[in-house]
Amino acid sequence: MTDATATTAGYDAAEEFLDRQSPIQRLQGILHAYPWLSPAVVLVIALIIFSSITSLFAQPGNLGTITQQTAVTATLALGQTLIILTAGIDLSCGAVMVFSSMVMAKLAFDQGVAGLPALFLGILVGGIAGLINGLLVTRVNLPPFIVTLGTLGIFTSLTLLYATGRTVRNRELADELKWLGKPVLLPGGFTITYGVLVMIALYLVFAYVLRYTAWGTHVYAVGDDPDAARLAGIQVNRVLLSVYATAGVIFGIAGWVLIGRVNAASPNSGIDANLDSITAVVIGGTSLFGGRGRVFGTLIGALIVGVVDNGLSVAGLDEAYKRLAIGTLIIVAVTADQWIRRARA
Amino acid sequence: MARWNSTRGVGRRSATLLGVAVTASFVLAACGGSSSGGGDVSATAGSSDTAAAGDKIAVSLITKDSTNPFFVAMQAGAKAAGEKQGVDITIASGKAEGDDQGQIDAIENAISTKQKGILITPMSTGVNDAIEKARAAGLFVIALDTPPDPADTVDITFATDNRKAGQLIGQYAAAALDGKKAVIALLDIFDDKVVSVDYNRDQGFLEGMGIPVGDGKVNGDEPKTGKYTGGKGGDYEIVGNEATGANEEGGQKGMENLLAKNPNINVVYTINEPTAAGADAAMSAKGKKPADYILVSVDGGKSGVEDVKAGVIDATSQQYPLKMAELGVQAIVDIVKNNKKPEVTPGLDFFDTGVTLIANTPIAGVDSKDPQYGLDNAWG
Repeated sequence: MTDATATTAGYDAAEEFLDRQSPIQRLQGILHAYPWLSPAVVLVIALIIFSSITSLFAQPGNLGTITQQTAVTATLALGQTLIILTAGIDLSCGAVMVFSSMVMAKLAFDQGVAGLPALFLGILVGGIAGLINGLLVTRVNLPPFIVTLGTLGIFTSLTLLYATGRTVRNRELADELKWLGKPVLLPGGFTITYGVLVMIALYLVFAYVLRYTAWGTHVYAVGDDPDAARLAGIQVNRVLLSVYATAGVIFGIAGWVLIGRVNAASPNSGIDANLDSITAVVIGGTSLFGGRGRVFGTLIGALIVGVVDNGLSVAGLDEAYKRLAIGTLIIVAVTADQWIRRARA
Repeated sequence: MARWNSTRGVGRRSATLLGVAVTASFVLAACGGSSSGGGDVSATAGSSDTAAAGDKIAVSLITKDSTNPFFVAMQAGAKAAGEKQGVDITIASGKAEGDDQGQIDAIENAISTKQKGILITPMSTGVNDAIEKARAAGLFVIALDTPPDPADTVDITFATDNRKAGQLIGQYAAAALDGKKAVIALLDIFDDKVVSVDYNRDQGFLEGMGIPVGDGKVNGDEPKTGKYTGGKGGDYEIVGNEATGANEEGGQKGMENLLAKNPNINVVYTINEPTAAGADAAMSAKGKKPADYILVSVDGGKSGVEDVKAGVIDATSQQYPLKMAELGVQAIVDIVKNNKKPEVTPGLDFFDTGVTLIANTPIAGVDSKDPQYGLDNAWG
């Protein structure tokens, strides 16, 4: 039912047709089967360029730093990938993340809730926020873009009202909330944090779930063609609702990663996080039209943004080029997606 | 098909639901106060709906955002002063640093509701036109915290002397180095916008250290190596300027990037205390202890001064947003009721609301107050 299996099966059955394809068509076919391939090539090129500009870039310490700088966006982008796979979009993800992080931090600091229950409740708030988005999409039948544009404003306001403009600082935070900021020393001088490990673990879990469970297959099917999915007996709305709620939980966990990263819970965080997450998903080769994409592509997409951001800075180049580079990558990625999709026709 | 483009099947039941939701949100908004500012409107003191027609003076306070504790304190100060003086204060702000449009909307709202005056922390020169329009419409415009460029865009500014705030922490850093070589990180707000707070604190800091600054209104054009003359004097090297957005996240990222360029940084200038907290997080992630480097900042907020007390920040220049707001409200009352205009501080093009250096370890030759004084006078 997923793209990969369908295409591979198609190749096997039509071996003789493959030989008649031009090299371009063959490339089209390969990119269609492996959507993460082109972003991986871009990432490698970016790494090579920055390493050749300055020797400071490829130091293990700096590469570890990039993964830390990418952890929050990458976690958010994982939830965003699930939603975009269903041909939806979530503009409220950053607001949900910050709301969750403020709930955890303030419950523990102001209300005297113990660290772990506060953490759990904060993630639960993320899940509820996602559920609200999902209900509006499936029950009220509003387009996800509009739903999440609205809830972006609502969740941002709730955060500001709840936080009363106050940051919960390092020494005021419960220890459990700061776990993910603790460093993990890897051989070779790489330093990452537990937050990076949690992010990678989430990617592994969802890569497995999307590929090997019925739910994963249903997510792709609903995104690819909701009518066909319905005819095939999939309860489309139930799948969509579960996707939004699951993504909300991931955004809540991103709030935890964010606290570990910043060592504070600030209502000012994550202003552009929603766009950053969509950027990572799109550059990572997931189709905005749904049904095609891999979570590891998103991880690579997030890393590309992190590498360009850090590389320009360490190389002493103007940061304005970052937006130019990332903007160009988005256009190229979506153009490539349109072109690759034609491989199926 | 793209699901988020489709609007099919909005049934009657959902339409009703939507109607209820919309009505509810208006009711909620009305309960939150009849605010009329643009951008990110958070609250209104008093009832401003009678202000336009009545004899009560109505004034808008337009800050850069509504989340920075500095502006939250300023809003509280203005509301308190408004209640005391019988002035209706409308609170409005941009969405975040850099949201000029949000401030412009709020200025236009103040004009169209025929308010008497505007208190504003101007985001950038981008809002100058709107301010001039307000003054042409007869509103008295006072800048708080940030003098506009040029200063005569507004009637008067009540602000911290940010140049001096920078110089104080620069002098402290130079003296604390005690002749050692300075390897300097500069954590600013922007690299793509020119804002007076940004260059006055940054360039003031360098002046305080005794480093020639080139164009005093441009960050980053100073020589990257040379000698500083503050304290006992010595060699210096500037590793770089980073844009942080003046928050923890940006401070941390900027510091990490500069540490990648040079791990031996031992002097860190930060635009404000949240940025300093982020820089400290990046430093300690690299195994550096607060004693290994000098971290200086500007603000004097409660948590910032606590950081000074805890030894995380070595010195900060404390400013007084509550005083700015009170003086601003008072000035508009004076001009409307008594036609009395406030005067600028001699030698400056604004009214200086004062700045005090707060340091945990006093250094001979540099005047400073202890953290307890800082806490007694801290805002937010």
